[in-house]
Amino acid sequence: MSDLAKSARVVRALGARSIRQTFRRPQLLAPIVVFPTLLLAIQTGGAGASIELPGFPPVQSFLQFMLAGSMMQSMMLAGNSGGIAFAVEIEMGFTDRLFAAPIPRFAIVLGRLAGTAALGLFASLWFLAIGLIFGAEIEGGVPGALLAILLVTASALAVGGIGAAIALRTGSASVVQGLFPLVLVVLFLSSAFFPQELMIEPAKTIAEYNPLSFIVEGVREPIISGIDATQTLEAVAAIAGIVILGLVLSSRALKHRLRVG
Amino acid sequence: MELAAKGPAAQTLEKAPAAPAWRTNLTTIAALMARAKNELVRVPGAAIPGVLAPTIFFLGLNGVFGALTQLQGFETGSYESFIVPVSMLQGAGFTGAAAGVNLARDYEQGWVDRLLVSPAPRWVLLAGNVLAASARSLIPATFVLGIAFAIGAEWPGLDGLVVCYLMVAATAAAAACWGSMLALHFKSQSAAPLMQAGTMALILFTPAYAPLALLQPWLEKVANVNPLTNVLEAARQGFVGSVTWADTWPGFVALAGLLALLGSLALREMRRTNV
Repeated sequence: MSDLAKSARVVRALGARSIRQTFRRPQLLAPIVVFPTLLLAIQTGGAGASIELPGFPPVQSFLQFMLAGSMMQSMMLAGNSGGIAFAVEIEMGFTDRLFAAPIPRFAIVLGRLAGTAALGLFASLWFLAIGLIFGAEIEGGVPGALLAILLVTASALAVGGIGAAIALRTGSASVVQGLFPLVLVVLFLSSAFFPQELMIEPAKTIAEYNPLSFIVEGVREPIISGIDATQTLEAVAAIAGIVILGLVLSSRALKHRLRVG
Repeated sequence: MELAAKGPAAQTLEKAPAAPAWRTNLTTIAALMARAKNELVRVPGAAIPGVLAPTIFFLGLNGVFGALTQLQGFETGSYESFIVPVSMLQGAGFTGAAAGVNLARDYEQGWVDRLLVSPAPRWVLLAGNVLAASARSLIPATFVLGIAFAIGAEWPGLDGLVVCYLMVAATAAAAACWGSMLALHFKSQSAAPLMQAGTMALILFTPAYAPLALLQPWLEKVANVNPLTNVLEAARQGFVGSVTWADTWPGFVALAGLLALLGSLALREMRRTNV
C-alpha cells in the first residue's frame, strides 16, 4: 500500500471516529445544531419585519436571508467543538499514543479536520432542509444548493484548522472552550445575520473587512438570488486565507506539542 | 445527678436551649450562599463567561439589528434601550443555568451527598443554591447595564430600575430552580446544554427583538403564552416609557407562578435524591 493510501486510510478512520464521537455525545452536538436552530427561529420570528427596511436586499423572506448566517454559526461552532474534542484527546493521552504510532503526524490533524468538515456538511444539509421545510426557496436551484454546501463544508475545514492549532498549542479543553464567546463576536461583527449596509457603526465597518462576511455572502447569494462568480471567488479566497492561516498555526503548534510532549 | 455523671461537654449540650428551626434554616441558607460567594471570590474567572455572554449578545444584537427601530410601530428610537433588559434577563438565565451546572458538579464530586446526610431540610438546601444564583445574577445585569448606559441607553428612572432588577433576580431564581431540577434528575454536568437552552428559549421566545406587533404571527402566538413576555415587558417599561402598575404586576405574577412550579419540581427531585 502506498504512503498516500495509508495516510488516507488513517484520515478516514480518525475522521469517522470524530464524527461518531460527536453524535454519541449530545453535549458536543447541541452547540452545532440546537443553538443555531433556536437562534434561527428566534431571529426569523423576531426580526422578520426587517425585510421591509429600505436598503434590505430583495429576498423572499427573512428565513431565506438567514439560512446562510445559521450555517456559518453552526460551522464556526463545529470548528470550536472539534478543537475542544481534540484538546480532550490531548489531555487524555490519546494523541500521544497516535504520535507514537507509525503514521504521519499531519494525518492525525487532518483526521480531526475531516470530522469537522463532515459536521460542516451536516450543518449545511440541516439548515437547507429546515429552509425548504419552512418554505424558503433556493434561487440558485440544485447547483446553488451544492455550491452553498461545498462552501460551508470547506469553511468548517478551514475554521477547524484554527481550532486544532489552538488545541495543539494549549492542550487544554477549557482554553478552547473559552473561545466560544469569540465565535459569537466574529459572527456578530460580520454580515451573517443582517445586511452589512444596514448594520450600525462600528459593527458595519468591521463587517466590511471580516473574512466571514465574504464567506457568508458567497453562501447566501446562491440561496437568495443565484450563483454570482465574483462573490463565489471572494468566498473561496477568504476560505483559502483561513486555510493557510490554520495550516501555519497547526504546523507550528504540532512542532510545539511534539517538543513539550 | 444524671447530668453530673456525664462529661462537661454533654452537660453544656443538654443545657443549651435549641435554636429555633427557622433560625437554623436561615443560618444554613446563609452558609450555602456564602459558599457560592467564596467560589466567586476565589475563582473570579469563573464568572467571566456569565458576564461576557450577555454583554456580547447585547453589543452584537445592537450592532446588527439596531436599524429595526426605523420600522413603523417600534416603541422607541433607541435599540440599546429596547434590548438591554433582554440581555440583563439573559444574564440572569445564564447565571441560573450555571447554578444547575454547579449543583451537578457538586453531586459528581460527592458534596451533595454530604449535604443530604445533614439534618438540614431539603428545601433549605435548594433555597441556598437558588438564592445564591439570584444574588449572583446582579453582577452580569449591572455590567450589561453599565455598558448600555455608556453607549447611550436611556435612564429608566429609579422605579424602572428597581422593577428591572427585581425581575432579573427573580428570573435567575426561576432559572436556578430549572437548572437544579435537571441537575438532580440527570446527576451529570452533561445536562448543561439542556439547562442553558431551556432558559435561553424561554427568554428569547418573547418580544425580545421587536415589539409584539412586529413579530411574525407564529412567534407572536408563542410570545403571548410565554410567561417571560410579561416579565420582559415589566423589566423593559422604564427604558422605553414610563413605569405603570398595569405593566408591572403581570411580571410579578408570571414569576411567582414560574417559581412555584419550577421550585416544587426541583424540590421533588431533591427529595427523590438518595444518598
